[in-house]
Amino acid sequence: MLKILKYSFYDLMRSRWSYVYFLFYLLLGIVLLFLNNNLNKAVITLMNVIIVLVPLIGTIFGVMYYYNSKEFTELLLAQPVKRSSIFLGQYFGVALSLSMSLIVGLGLPFVFYGIFNSSAIWDFSLLLVTGTFLTLIFTALAFVIALANENKIKGFGYAILLWLFMAVIYDGVFLMSLMYFEDYPLDKFSLVATMLNPVDLSRVLILLKLDISALLGYTGAVFQQFFGTRLGLVLSTVTLALWVLVPTLFIYRMARRKDF
Amino acid sequence: MKKIYSIALVLLGSLMVCQPLSANTLEVCGKCDYTTISEAVAAAQPFDTVLVKQGTYAEYNIGIVKPLTLLGENNPVIDGQDKGEIITVQSDDVTVDGFTVVNVGTSYTTDYAAIRVVKSKRYTIKNCRLERLFFGIYLEKSSDGVVHNNYIQGDAVNEYNSGNGIQLWYCKNVEVTGNTVKNVRDGIYLEFSDHIDIRDNKSIDNLRYGLHFMFSNDDSYTNNLFQNNGAGVAVMFSKNIEMKNNVFRKNWGTAAFGLLLKEINDSEISGNTFEENTVGINIEGSNRIDYLHNDFKNNGWAVKVRGACYANIFKFNNFLYNSFDISYNSKLNDNGFDRNYWSNYTGYDLNKNGIGDVPYRPVKLFSYIVNRTPETIILLRSLFIDIIDFSEKVSPVFTPDNLLDENPQMKPIRHDTNR
Amino acid sequence: MIQIDNLHKKFGKNQVLKGIDLTIDSGGIFAVLGPNGSGKTTLIKSILGMVIPNSGSIKLNGASVKRNWQYRNDIDYLPQIANFPGNLTVKELIRMIKDLRSDKPADDRRLIELFKLQPFLDKKLSNLSGGTKQKVNLVLTFMFDSPLVILDEPTTGLDPISHLRLKKLITEEKKKGKTILITSHIMGFVEEISDEIVFLLEGKIYFRGTIPELKTKTEQPDFEHAIASMLSSSYA
Repeated sequence: MLKILKYSFYDLMRSRWSYVYFLFYLLLGIVLLFLNNNLNKAVITLMNVIIVLVPLIGTIFGVMYYYNSKEFTELLLAQPVKRSSIFLGQYFGVALSLSMSLIVGLGLPFVFYGIFNSSAIWDFSLLLVTGTFLTLIFTALAFVIALANENKIKGFGYAILLWLFMAVIYDGVFLMSLMYFEDYPLDKFSLVATMLNPVDLSRVLILLKLDISALLGYTGAVFQQFFGTRLGLVLSTVTLALWVLVPTLFIYRMARRKDF
Repeated sequence: MKKIYSIALVLLGSLMVCQPLSANTLEVCGKCDYTTISEAVAAAQPFDTVLVKQGTYAEYNIGIVKPLTLLGENNPVIDGQDKGEIITVQSDDVTVDGFTVVNVGTSYTTDYAAIRVVKSKRYTIKNCRLERLFFGIYLEKSSDGVVHNNYIQGDAVNEYNSGNGIQLWYCKNVEVTGNTVKNVRDGIYLEFSDHIDIRDNKSIDNLRYGLHFMFSNDDSYTNNLFQNNGAGVAVMFSKNIEMKNNVFRKNWGTAAFGLLLKEINDSEISGNTFEENTVGINIEGSNRIDYLHNDFKNNGWAVKVRGACYANIFKFNNFLYNSFDISYNSKLNDNGFDRNYWSNYTGYDLNKNGIGDVPYRPVKLFSYIVNRTPETIILLRSLFIDIIDFSEKVSPVFTPDNLLDENPQMKPIRHDTNR
Repeated sequence: MIQIDNLHKKFGKNQVLKGIDLTIDSGGIFAVLGPNGSGKTTLIKSILGMVIPNSGSIKLNGASVKRNWQYRNDIDYLPQIANFPGNLTVKELIRMIKDLRSDKPADDRRLIELFKLQPFLDKKLSNLSGGTKQKVNLVLTFMFDSPLVILDEPTTGLDPISHLRLKKLITEEKKKGKTILITSHIMGFVEEISDEIVFLLEGKIYFRGTIPELKTKTEQPDFEHAIASMLSSSYA
């Protein structure tokens, strides 16, 4: 698997899209930091970008990579390599190169800005960690979708739908149910509903670390209390890890059964 | 405590009878005739001056029961050694000027203060520096005084065992000007005190309120800075309070606000700056207040209206980059918004008269939802919320119909020229 | 060498292989022929483990290929469509495939020379023409010395000179005693090099034997007509 990963990674690191993605983050980081000069605000804007864009890029890029390298995958399948190794290798290749673009692209301007001497280093690290998690999660989901759909158009359609659901529709349903059941205690419900969607979980984890968390009022305090404890931290990490692990397991199982 | 006072009173009284009346200066220092302040105060005649030279004096319970000027030269230090109250004034016409007073005792039963004035008139406390204190300057049923240019630096950690910086209780006609109060419970606290003028003070880093009014009428506070206090400034159950040209900054926290108005009627709030507060102004049950020429900058909520608030008017204010401009918890609106500048306004001005051609709706759908179901705040800054806010802006369905600014300004208002 | 018993494969409702029995014991060149959709590629992919059969068994040298991957170390495969990760160079690709076979001794230098690929070694794969890609594909296939070689449409996109070289190469490999499976649409090519024909029709083996046997059976003087007659008689 590591061999496949290595070559997928090499291949992707040299692709135009990786550069575009990398440059986008680099530019974003520079603009936010040096034109705005406010670290805290930069982190908030980055959060907005990360929770929307990272999942989108992860899904689209994952699906695209899968379909584009289909013939090459067939060549690999004829080599003495385990099937699951090929797909897991490709998956991690894509996810890692995307994560690299994110981390290096955002990291460089922040390092030059002097993040290491700043108190925002933890907020910033959290931003990168959740960004990486989201990349891993959505690329894995993209691979699952692509493996399940021979038809490219369908695959892309489902991928977009998945992103739309996680980033928008889920919150809509969440909001509706909160308003519908407003007469009941909702703390536990909203905690669980937030935990279940990695996009929401990432958003809340970052929000709670920022000054802006004061806006969350009583509900925010409940969340803070939960995520501030070791249990909350472990649980949210486990949830994010599960979101990576379960789709990866699906990739593994689907890869073993599929015909090419 | 009271016993000691009365004994001192009797002693001093007998001394006063023996000495002739003339305005002398009594000096206090290590090698002077008097080596302690208490001795000098006891020996002084009414209207004498006690001049205390540079040095540290370990004293407490200094009782002043006759008109005196207590003057410090080069900031002498009075160290109370945490034993109790330090200076108690119980006479008219007393001035305390130029001391550094440290280590006031902390008690759960008695409100020890660095300087207390009891039932006195025409007093002046100025140029003092108070540190490591319980209560700072405590004015009790005392009128016609001046508290000027003092610096009070507390080290409060918990509300229950800390005191207030400057406290006024049943006082009238007092000027509180140019003081700095830091890190105590309430920076300045007024209870049952009328005609108080609070000007040019700085109240910073206090645990609870920067300034706190209770049942006090006909007061004014102007040109003050309230920064980074636990909750901000609270004005409650008071009438005719003038609030002008103050700065409320960085009162940031779950329950924090720049200014809390509770049951305040018929006032004017103008020329103030509210910057980076969780809530700029929190209004509860307050009517007929004019909000003019204020700046609301980078607050979570610029104005939060809760409970019944009628006939309030917002004019010529700048609302700049707040997460929410206005929040309402009812669908009714009896307040007017006119000619304000809203940085979130995206309309246009075809006839170039400086007024947007489309009215501005300052209540976002999300802020309406949050008011209805507070738990929904957890969706703050999610893409879905941005989308519904946008669609509500395009075609309003849920927010109060008449809640709008018909004449939104295209450019921020410059208050000095526009007034 | 290869032993296939009662192989069935369905894609959705489409039954592609309907019970294939095929045994190949000796070395030599075997051409798998048949009209479009007759199951040629599915059969080959089943042997390679890319398609997982619904029933039946495939054994290579006595061992089942099911849930096994090491056996592919002994197969060289030339896929029909050559498409490689665009941002790797030719050199890196060759290096990678060698890497995947745990650096088994490889004969890449001679083949690169044979197909005159030296000028392209440092070029990115996305910048190569279809023919050049096919040559790279050929190098990747023939550089290992495996006893079984499977070629899916090997002549696609090749210029006449490379075509000749390929033929020579295949003959050489045969001389080493290897088993070579080929699918091709170019009948001339098949006739020239193959020792035996396996003709698939509607998921079954319709004919297996040498070209002279085929000609005798169909009573046709030349190969192409023989194939055509087989097709028409089956549709009749």
